[in-house]
Amino acid sequence: MSLLSHLDRLEAEAIFILRETAAQFERPVLMFSGGKDSIILAHLAAKAFRPALSPFPYLHIDTGHNFPETLAFRDRFTAQMGAKLIVRLVEDSIRLGRAAEEKGKFPSRNRQQAVTLVDAIAELKLDACIGGGRRDEEKARAKERIFSVRDEFGGWRPRLQRPELWNLLNGRIHVGENVRVFPLSNWTELDVWQYIRAERLPLPELYFAHQRACIVRDGLLFPISPFVRIDPEDDVRRTQVRFRTVGDMTCTAAFPSDVRDVDGIIDELRASPVTERGSRLDDQRSEAAMEDRKREGYF
Amino acid sequence: MELLRFITCGSVDDGKSTLIGRLLYDSKTLLHDQVAALEQSSAKGGNGLNLALLTDGLRAEREQGITIDVAYKYFATPRRKFIIADTPGHVQYTRNMVTGASTADLAVLLVDAAQGVQEQTRRHAYLAGLLRIPHVVLAVNKMDAVDWSQDVYQRIRDEFLALTRASGFSDVHAIPVSALLGDNVVELSTRTPYYDGPPLLRYLEDLEVDRPSAPERGRLPVQLVLRPSDPALQDYRAYAGQVTSGAFRPGDAVVVLPSNIHTTIAGIDRYGEPVTEAFAPMSVAIRLRDDVDVGRGEVIASAKRPLRVGQELRARLCWMAEKPLVPRARLLLRHATAASPAIVTAIESVVDIHSFTDQPAPAQLALNEIGKVRIKTARTLAFDTYAEERATGAFVLVDEASNGTVAAGLIIAEEPAT
Repeated sequence: MSLLSHLDRLEAEAIFILRETAAQFERPVLMFSGGKDSIILAHLAAKAFRPALSPFPYLHIDTGHNFPETLAFRDRFTAQMGAKLIVRLVEDSIRLGRAAEEKGKFPSRNRQQAVTLVDAIAELKLDACIGGGRRDEEKARAKERIFSVRDEFGGWRPRLQRPELWNLLNGRIHVGENVRVFPLSNWTELDVWQYIRAERLPLPELYFAHQRACIVRDGLLFPISPFVRIDPEDDVRRTQVRFRTVGDMTCTAAFPSDVRDVDGIIDELRASPVTERGSRLDDQRSEAAMEDRKREGYF
Repeated sequence: MELLRFITCGSVDDGKSTLIGRLLYDSKTLLHDQVAALEQSSAKGGNGLNLALLTDGLRAEREQGITIDVAYKYFATPRRKFIIADTPGHVQYTRNMVTGASTADLAVLLVDAAQGVQEQTRRHAYLAGLLRIPHVVLAVNKMDAVDWSQDVYQRIRDEFLALTRASGFSDVHAIPVSALLGDNVVELSTRTPYYDGPPLLRYLEDLEVDRPSAPERGRLPVQLVLRPSDPALQDYRAYAGQVTSGAFRPGDAVVVLPSNIHTTIAGIDRYGEPVTEAFAPMSVAIRLRDDVDVGRGEVIASAKRPLRVGQELRARLCWMAEKPLVPRARLLLRHATAASPAIVTAIESVVDIHSFTDQPAPAQLALNEIGKVRIKTARTLAFDTYAEERATGAFVLVDEASNGTVAAGLIIAEEPAT
């Protein structure tokens, strides 16, 4: 008898959590954004029920500010996996007056996304949303439960979270409440990339080096897109970059890199002097940015 | 690479968060933007670089300078990946220590060298023993504040060892450290020549923790039944779950409990691929030779060492809700993948937190109190004692009105009648 490696253990734990989700909830969905964490989730969900099919449809809350590469990947991947994809648009929430557009140079739809998600949960009567959040990402996430209970407004109230002991997950909720499920809670960014390499998972090409026009600002490179205002004084350059995370085009910074494969990404990550969230404008707005957004229904 | 899960516990001012900050900082896990954020936050307080800010995550905690919940931290060295559950030291937050301890392989208990062993230290040692955390490290911190005194260190170490001998720990290791200055955390200190062991991080890297449990103690609580809709696989039926202890092989004689069905393993599939062996903590699906009716909540166990079966449990209970537990309370019990309505038929005793002795017949169990109880369940359950197997010897109680998890339970054996 041999021992399991750390990746095998993380995988076994995530699959345990996905099976508990299928067993304890009536209408679960898997939050799929086309980013690396949701690709892993979708892959694990397929493995967990083999040779039967995964019972989770994908839900994508489309901010309208996504990279076209991400959307193309999303559609290709969903078709390959034979999964059902549900898309809800932040654009619709804004048009209906449920959410207001942000102004400014890098208008974010990050907060608005929570409105669309909470509305989708009510509309589709979802009781569980499986997300790719990891505790190593951010300080408020470090206290997140694997089964995180949200009130009817999608709100996360830290003092009301249930203790999680041993491997006993309590998914009982009242009508109208829902649970956010985080199977990758104990994974780190490095684990994610090592797993992608081990399982040879497909990824959007944004994660690899390519030529792109960017605005240079505060030492970060922001991709030019129809959603960003370009001012005459802006330093715009076409350069070889890649992305470490894939969020909205308005809040995800690129960085110079010539890495074209997953091995290269892992080497680069090991040598990197900044965290994953360091390239996200949405987290740098204030010290408690993530805690505040989670209270409002954000993932 | 192996994985080690540990918890850190100590009183409010023992420097626990500083120690974790030091492990992350000195093992180069912290990155530039985190250090920059730290410097920015520390400047607001005006007391130099405050490593404790790394673990105090919520706004409420930063404002009040306390830790109110379990925070998980991750770091890796070339040899091991570590998961830290940082648990708060306040008396009222015992439930968080129990939560962090439930999945830990090791506990790091901090004592302030200038303060010595405190009531809080005794309580943490008691809880670590109760939850059977296999290994304990006593970190005698703030050695810089006592001039690196060998006498102080040895007195605290000896007092602690005497304490833990009473509660039956198997493995305790003491280390004199200064989390503030870094001595004996990642690098061995030259200021403690009387200490001949490794620094804390090296100890955590070298400790052998991952011993497989005895194969004949095989247990797999069934999560769900896999039945593909594909017509080509219409006869396929497998029981999915995580092996919580021991091992299984195709051909093994097993018993499904509590329904007490004896059969043989036809095959084991791991994510759709057949394997020749499944051991803890693998997630697999087991196919059985006979066409039997098995569902969620049952446990597939090695026939050699089956679980106990019954509707009456005796347990140590840690009560975690504001509203006290009173005898005859009706709750929902969750054990492995089973759930059953349950009644707490009697509260036999409560632990006195000063003497750690059982005081008989309390009227109730209040928040953070630990007592021995008797429970009757509506459904028959298959269980081990907690001393035999952690996963199948533990349960939680859920309040059916609030749906909150209100108690952690450790199943204990019946005492012989006297």
